Amino acid sequence: MRRLLILAAAIGACLVPAAALGQAAPDPAVVATGEEVMQVQAGRTLFLEGCASCHGQNAEGTERAPDLHGAGAQSADFYLRTGRMPLAVPGEQPLRNPPEYSEDEIQALVAYVGSLGGPPIPTVDPAAGNLSEGERLFTLFCAGCHGKLAKGGVVTGALAPSLDAATPVQVAQAIRIGPFVMPPFDDKLIDQEEMNSIVAYVEKTKHADNRGGWDMGGIGPVPEGMAAFFIGLVALLVISRLIGERGS
Amino acid sequence: MTDPRPPEEERRSRDRAELATAAFLLVAALAGVAAIVVYIVTDDTQALGISLGLAFLAVAGAMIVAGLRLYPAQKVVEERPPAADPPAEAAVEQEVGEAVGGLSRRKLLFGAAGAAGAAIGGALIVPLGSLGPFELGGPDPDDLPWKDGVRLVDDQGALIPADLLQQGAFIPAFPEGADKRELASPVMVLRLPEGDDQLDPEQAAIAPRGILAFSRICTHAGCAIALYRNPLFPPQAPSPALVCPCHYSTFDVRQGGKVIFGPAGRDLPQLPLKIDDQGILTAAGPLSGKPGPSYLTVRKT
Amino acid sequence: MIFPRVGRFLDDRTGSASLATRAFRYVFPDHWTFLFGEIALYCFLILVGTGVYLTLFFEPSTAQTIYHGSYAPLQGQEVSEAYQSAVNISLDVKAGLLIRQTHHWAALVFVAAIVVHMLRIFFTGAFRRPRDLNWMVGLSLALTALIEGFAGYSLPDDLLSGMGLAIGYSVLASFPIIGGWLAVLVWGGEFPGGEEFISRLYAAHIFILPLLIFGLIGFHLFLVVKHRHTQFAGPGRQERNVIGSPLFPGYMIRSGGLFFATAGVLLLMGGLIQINPIWQYGVYQPWLGTNGAQPDYYFGWLIGALRMMPNWELVIGGWTIIPNPFFGGILYPMIVFSVLFAWPVLERRFSGDRAPHHLVQRPRDAPFRTGIGTAMLLQVTMVQIAGSADRIYVSFGVSYELQIWFWRIAAVVVPIAGFFIARAICRRLLRSEAHPLRRWTGERVERTKAGDFEAAGKGPGPPPP
Repeated sequence: MRRLLILAAAIGACLVPAAALGQAAPDPAVVATGEEVMQVQAGRTLFLEGCASCHGQNAEGTERAPDLHGAGAQSADFYLRTGRMPLAVPGEQPLRNPPEYSEDEIQALVAYVGSLGGPPIPTVDPAAGNLSEGERLFTLFCAGCHGKLAKGGVVTGALAPSLDAATPVQVAQAIRIGPFVMPPFDDKLIDQEEMNSIVAYVEKTKHADNRGGWDMGGIGPVPEGMAAFFIGLVALLVISRLIGERGS
Repeated sequence: MTDPRPPEEERRSRDRAELATAAFLLVAALAGVAAIVVYIVTDDTQALGISLGLAFLAVAGAMIVAGLRLYPAQKVVEERPPAADPPAEAAVEQEVGEAVGGLSRRKLLFGAAGAAGAAIGGALIVPLGSLGPFELGGPDPDDLPWKDGVRLVDDQGALIPADLLQQGAFIPAFPEGADKRELASPVMVLRLPEGDDQLDPEQAAIAPRGILAFSRICTHAGCAIALYRNPLFPPQAPSPALVCPCHYSTFDVRQGGKVIFGPAGRDLPQLPLKIDDQGILTAAGPLSGKPGPSYLTVRKT
Repeated sequence: MIFPRVGRFLDDRTGSASLATRAFRYVFPDHWTFLFGEIALYCFLILVGTGVYLTLFFEPSTAQTIYHGSYAPLQGQEVSEAYQSAVNISLDVKAGLLIRQTHHWAALVFVAAIVVHMLRIFFTGAFRRPRDLNWMVGLSLALTALIEGFAGYSLPDDLLSGMGLAIGYSVLASFPIIGGWLAVLVWGGEFPGGEEFISRLYAAHIFILPLLIFGLIGFHLFLVVKHRHTQFAGPGRQERNVIGSPLFPGYMIRSGGLFFATAGVLLLMGGLIQINPIWQYGVYQPWLGTNGAQPDYYFGWLIGALRMMPNWELVIGGWTIIPNPFFGGILYPMIVFSVLFAWPVLERRFSGDRAPHHLVQRPRDAPFRTGIGTAMLLQVTMVQIAGSADRIYVSFGVSYELQIWFWRIAAVVVPIAGFFIARAICRRLLRSEAHPLRRWTGERVERTKAGDFEAAGKGPGPPPP
């Protein structure tokens, strides 16, 4: 009898943690180590402080901000690391800013939002991409808003930012997410190989072949016109004044 | 105007000027040689530009110094010869008058000459008509590439399955087998963002699963409409629209391509879509209007 | 020793010595603002020189080929022969990029010099009889230079200029009633046109238009020489004489210096400042577009006008009589150029002054004209800036839609204000006789009853009764 009781207690002791585990981790893919669980908890605390007012107490969304279930670590990392979130005024376009949160805080928030389900942070390898393919794809899908040289552009009602500060991972994240008014592109439309190529092209625009000289910001005929007037013509006007007479 | 200087100082000044001129010319010579060397040895645009540019500027310096110091500006007075010459005008009038006065049938001759001139002038200009086809500013509607049953392909020629597009995405497309460069060919295929059900039944019939297609050529000035504005969170972002990057004409995709901002005077032609049995996106008819910029008969069917 | 023999050789066979003596003695007033036209002329000479070099390498053909040059991002892509040859000139021909960039800078400075020269003529009244004909020749030159520049930068078939050609086609097609025929005629078919379009553009750019410009310049200079140059009023200067330097040797040497300076400045810019990097833009296809596409600056006023126009089209009974691009692309520049062409006639009407003039005025001497000129300049400038409203948004964050409204209002209000302000400044300067930028530095004296003068303090004082 005593052996039975000890066996039952032992089995009971094993079942309790199992039951507890079963409740804390609804997504069977998430392996909850102790550290990770603490990170998710820390993230939830930060979330309640800084994000819940718009995204809802349980990230279920309000009329001011979307539901974050399914957004995944991919989105959280993108928005937090580029400082687009927290957004001061809902409805304004989220734009790149110095990040509000420290590295640890970002990781905690990313862990929390990631625990709600959704894609992980994408990997990308520009070195494996084809530059010429990237040029073609970027022109077809991206140049209309961001400009052929990725220096940024205008959509009615929004800004398509310059990609100068965007890391390869951030470019990949934006392509998959489709932030604000940017269309999203999943891997059926742009697969990993094409993604690598596009990112390779974006990296190239940061070190463009400017063998013609000073590129004046790479935004085309407007600064060129100013240079013609204020550098070329002014130089010649000064020389004319040297050569000719002034006054009567 | 400076007072005349003592001859000794004047001579020294001229001497300095001559030396300066010579020095500039020598610099020009050196720069010219440098340009030759740079061209042969390197492919450096900056080095070549600097050496050639400085060579020319040095010659300019030499000529300006010489032109200001050695041969300075003077105040020579010249009478301005009048251009008009009334006696000559009278003489010309008289001679021409005599030549013409001798004709008795002046009106007939001048009239006939005028007719001949106009006709021959016209005949010489008319061959310019061979420059281009004499169409009413647009192609024959039966020649247009989009018709019911024509499948859509991407810019590499691959067919486009309907499930290629997630909600909010777009892809540029062309008619299978057609010339991509023809103005009527390129279309923007887009899928409306998640949860969007604001299409009326007529609209929804030609937009299977919320996938729409419009001409990719702007009706304002012919640029490619390369922007699809798609809100990630519709309550807090602008509505879905196609935007042209040239003058920012904005077309509402949920209202059949209606112009909602910008200078375009004509709505964007829409391509009705259907999905065939293999799940491939296919045109369900021709474009709803003529693509490209407006001209006289663009609204005539 | 050589020179007199050469001179005698030439005179014996061509009779050039008498022409030479007359030319040597030709008198040029020396004011520095009279040199602006020369800057334009020298830019044109450099355009021809660099242009000839480029024709030796450029291939004006739309035939498709696969790019196999040295620029990796284009490797293996389908491009036109024209584009490939232009990229090769830039990246694979030694000195090619320098010559190409110098050529393009020369075109931009050519137009800038024409504008500044035209402003000088306008604001000093140098267009008055007998130079009103030459004023129109000059305006024709300006117009031709604009078209020639557009043709030139559209030749390489790159993404930016290709988009510009599409707009050019649409503007031509927007001409009421006959526009569609015209556009299809010039392009050899519906846009992007027949295969022969680019070689047609090439013929216009390297031959037809330069020939026209040469002819106009020749006539322009003939008229200048015929009337002799104008001069400002001053000691000894009268309507019936001209005071200045003889052509030989001083003026010729100084002018020559200006030519070499122009060449030097353009070559320095061609080597040091990148312009139109077509290899980065990629080839043009009608289904491709990029944000931030702009024409060369001298068409900035037209892209501004096209963007600012509300979306009106005149449709009567299903016939599209006036498509939208007509207003900004044709009507607006037509109005501006018409006012400019007609100005000498208009001014004669307003002022009643029909006499010939060889003495030119300071801007302040004609307050109404200066006011109108200032207003027109400000008007075009407002529209020009509006044309870059998208770049202003990207760089400074001011909303594009807001700017369109702002520039629409500014394009009306600012010129009107400018007219009144400029006219007022002219009148005040006439009274005070001060330098427009420096403070008045004179001393006032008053005549006493006895007949001598006494100091009456600093400052210009009240206007005379």
